[in-house]
Amino acid sequence: MKLTLRIWRQSDREARGKMVSYKLDDVSADMSFLEVLDVLNEQLTTAGEEPVAFDHDCREGICGACGMVINGVAHGPQKLTTACQLHMRHFKDGDTIDVEPWRARAFPVVKDLVVDRGAFDKIIQAGGYISAPTGSAPDAHATPVPKPAADAAFEAAACIGCGACVAACPNGSAMLFTAAKVAHLGALPQGQPERASRAAAMLHAHDEADFGGCTNAGECTAVCPKGIPLTVIGSLNHDILGSTIRGR
Amino acid sequence: MTYPGEFFVDGDPIADTKAPDGPLAERWTKRRSTGRLVNPANRRRLDVIVVGSGLAGGSAAATLGELGYRVRCYCYQDSPRRAHSIAAQGGINAAKNYRNDGDSVERLFHDTIKGGDFRSRESNVYRLAEVSVEIIDQCVAQGVPFAREYGGLLDTRSFGGAQVSRTFYARGQTGQQLLLGAYQALERQVNAGTVQMHTRHEMLDLIVVDGRARGIVVRDLETGAVTVDLADAVVLASGGYGNVFHLSTNAKGCNVTASWRAHRKGALFANPAFTQIHPTCIPVSGDHQSKLTLMSESLRNDGRVWVPSSAGDTRSPADIPEDERDYFLERRYPAYGNLVPRDIASRATKAVCDDGRGVGPGGRGVYLDFADALQRLGRPAIEERYGNLFEMYERITGDDPYVTPMRIYPAVHYTMGGLWVDYDLSSTIPGLFVIGEANFSDHGANRLGASALMQGLADGYFVLPNTIGAYLADGPFQKLTPKHPDVAAARSGVTDRVQKLLSIDGDRSVDSFHRELGKIMWEYCGMERTDAGLRKAIELIRSLRDEFWTRVKVPGTGAELNQSLERAGRVADFFELAELMCIDALHRGESCGGHFRAESQTPDGEAMRQDDEFSYVAAWEFASPPVLHKEHLTFEYETPSQRSYS
Ligand SMILES: Cc1cc2nc3c(=O)[nH]c(=O)nc-3n(C[C@H](O)[C@H](O)[C@H](O)COP(=O)(O)OP(=O)(O)OC[C@H]3O[C@@H](n4cnc5c(N)ncnc54)[C@H](O)[C@@H]3O)c2cc1C
Ligand code: SF4
Ligand code: FES
Repeated sequence: MKLTLRIWRQSDREARGKMVSYKLDDVSADMSFLEVLDVLNEQLTTAGEEPVAFDHDCREGICGACGMVINGVAHGPQKLTTACQLHMRHFKDGDTIDVEPWRARAFPVVKDLVVDRGAFDKIIQAGGYISAPTGSAPDAHATPVPKPAADAAFEAAACIGCGACVAACPNGSAMLFTAAKVAHLGALPQGQPERASRAAAMLHAHDEADFGGCTNAGECTAVCPKGIPLTVIGSLNHDILGSTIRGR
Repeated sequence: MTYPGEFFVDGDPIADTKAPDGPLAERWTKRRSTGRLVNPANRRRLDVIVVGSGLAGGSAAATLGELGYRVRCYCYQDSPRRAHSIAAQGGINAAKNYRNDGDSVERLFHDTIKGGDFRSRESNVYRLAEVSVEIIDQCVAQGVPFAREYGGLLDTRSFGGAQVSRTFYARGQTGQQLLLGAYQALERQVNAGTVQMHTRHEMLDLIVVDGRARGIVVRDLETGAVTVDLADAVVLASGGYGNVFHLSTNAKGCNVTASWRAHRKGALFANPAFTQIHPTCIPVSGDHQSKLTLMSESLRNDGRVWVPSSAGDTRSPADIPEDERDYFLERRYPAYGNLVPRDIASRATKAVCDDGRGVGPGGRGVYLDFADALQRLGRPAIEERYGNLFEMYERITGDDPYVTPMRIYPAVHYTMGGLWVDYDLSSTIPGLFVIGEANFSDHGANRLGASALMQGLADGYFVLPNTIGAYLADGPFQKLTPKHPDVAAARSGVTDRVQKLLSIDGDRSVDSFHRELGKIMWEYCGMERTDAGLRKAIELIRSLRDEFWTRVKVPGTGAELNQSLERAGRVADFFELAELMCIDALHRGESCGGHFRAESQTPDGEAMRQDDEFSYVAAWEFASPPVLHKEHLTFEYETPSQRSYS
């Protein structure tokens, strides 16, 4: 099929960017969206132009590196799918497709479609862990974990840290990301000792990093490629409440 | 037969692997209880660089930080959580024997040595099996959400090459969950101030001063700035080099640069030809293909592999009656069936396709069929076990595996070769340690499924943090500045090379070269290797490399985020590695594990080892031509036998 891509080009953090149109003549339905960008970049390189910069690594929907707004939707039109796993069979011959970087105050554009998501690491640094130094662990079967708790922890832990939730949120909030980690660790017996302080510290880091507040718009979960549910935000709020009652 | 002189020269054998002596089962305890220690106050004055934040690097950096060393950790991605370990699907082995099915440290040791076709070191493998049990404890304590049974205890499953159920898993995302555990431990140390994390930085050279590894040259991938970082020891945890084949299951950025630069500085590179071709990957769909996707080996627990019995049968799978199907793994290997080791399953798959019985476009594919399992266990159970893998398959191919069998074909997956290390995980350059997939270590000529995660975490959490102490006990070493002539020379070497790549200004993209190199490697150094083919490959690689250095086009400048430049540097190193791989494959005239030389097979087409001549690790020294140092393998506890899985 033939496609027109309109892609955000911006040479560095300070530069002003703009949308630029490119035509592609020979796109097959079996290609992934990133393979289309590869083909375009090959074309640009041989023509002596600068290829489009974009983050990617695993191309299996698990590393969370790729991320772009495709036709106004973070990761594009297919539900529960990262940009690297989006295949061209979901587009039609003659389509014009807009491709833009995540746009959020806390995620400055670095170049073209590449943004700086370092703020996510800062949120984890603030408390997104269980303090269990190497060598200190009891036998793994010392504490059985009820299957429902283990499953709930797993569901929340599936977050890949891609940032689509932030890009989709009208407030640029990272509440879904933050709450997913709080819910993961809070569901497990091992996570109980630090539960209240963890939630408060992570929320504090979230606000410090210039992410906006959550107004329950629900756009985040709609674009999340891993289907992290809004209910995790409820469990974050519950833990925060716990921490205010007990004092930090 | 190749003889030294043509492509390489013989050097001195490696005399000592530094393993403690005494009974196998006591060696690790002995090393730990007699190794020299660094007192806590001194650790604060010792700098350690860790290159890589995958399972190996992430766990090592976190643990060294907890011990109080001053750690700086590097990765090329924008966050340490994105290291390629994140993509591991199936699981992690441990000899817990929670199932009471006869597992033990000894059995895991035995399976690993045998799985590796008797080309690994007994002392190291035994330690790996021993430490495996602690890994599971550690990960559970960190909150890794492993699969559990209704009673709340951990669930396990079987993987290829084993008759016990010792593989722990977190749905099809085990690597992700283990890596997030290590990542969180790492970020906790960042918060504590013991670890500094440098993302989007690439190591482009190793700094060696007075015979010791003392630092690295790195390029800031966003600004292009080239700087040096100096330390008392350097740990490479930079992963495997499967991407030399261009198409592999590895993440796009996986590369050999860190290891190769260290090799050029004197670290021996061991068994480069030992690569693993994984039997169950989604077949190539066209020329645009940028990577291959693995379908986890765990699927072989419940999926049955088959092809039509007769060549040229193009009926749809549902129309082929049971008695016209050939379940070729079950037929050839009744004892292990679909769960034979990877090298064996891959070759058997290639054989039926070469026979004209392959299915799908180009006839390069076989069915992996879940119909029986769906009938026996019901759809919910299959969804619970493999749901995300089935979804991924459907997303990529457009076919629904609950209805039509999957089509799979082998693809490059893992590299057993890597920098040579001794028992302490030290390379041949003092102060340079190598862990995880980057070293050659424990898997011999073939790695068993679910053992890479085990090895990465064993190295990073438990082995290296212990063994590095004995080296650092002599530190801190002489203070260095960036002005030191050896340091300055390493840095200008890097800037010159960057300039050179930018200045060629030719007419071919980096990717076009990478693709072509990959095709050469897959054709001649892939699943089946021959003397003539390897000689041809060496010639082709050399001439393509020359062409690269005169025709490559790298747009943009060195002073910005320039992804073409990053790839150009990696592909340039792949060219050099590719040649060494072919030389290694050529010199090893036997078949063993994943290394199949057509000239050395049994009458029924199985790999035939030649222990009299080749029971050694081939450790290569960088020189022109390369110098071969042999580490002879001795088996005190296992008796090398022809592997049999039938
Ligand atoms: C699809 C897939 C599925 C797998 N499934 C399993 C499984 O189920 N069980 C199992 O046991 N094994 C599995 N494996 C193998 C296993 O995942 C890997 O062998 C293992 O994760 C490697 O870990 P590592 O820490 O050594 O390296 P990696 O995780 O590859 O990490 C390498 C790190 O080094 C950094 N790096 C590399 N080069 C440089 C440089 N020059 N400068 C700076 N940083 C650099 C990277 O940024 C990264 O942080 C699988 C592999 C694949 C490809
Ligand atoms: S919550 Fe979903 S959208 Fe947000 S970072 Fe995690 S995976 Fe991405
Ligand atoms: S490239 Fe890893 S999630 Fe898309």
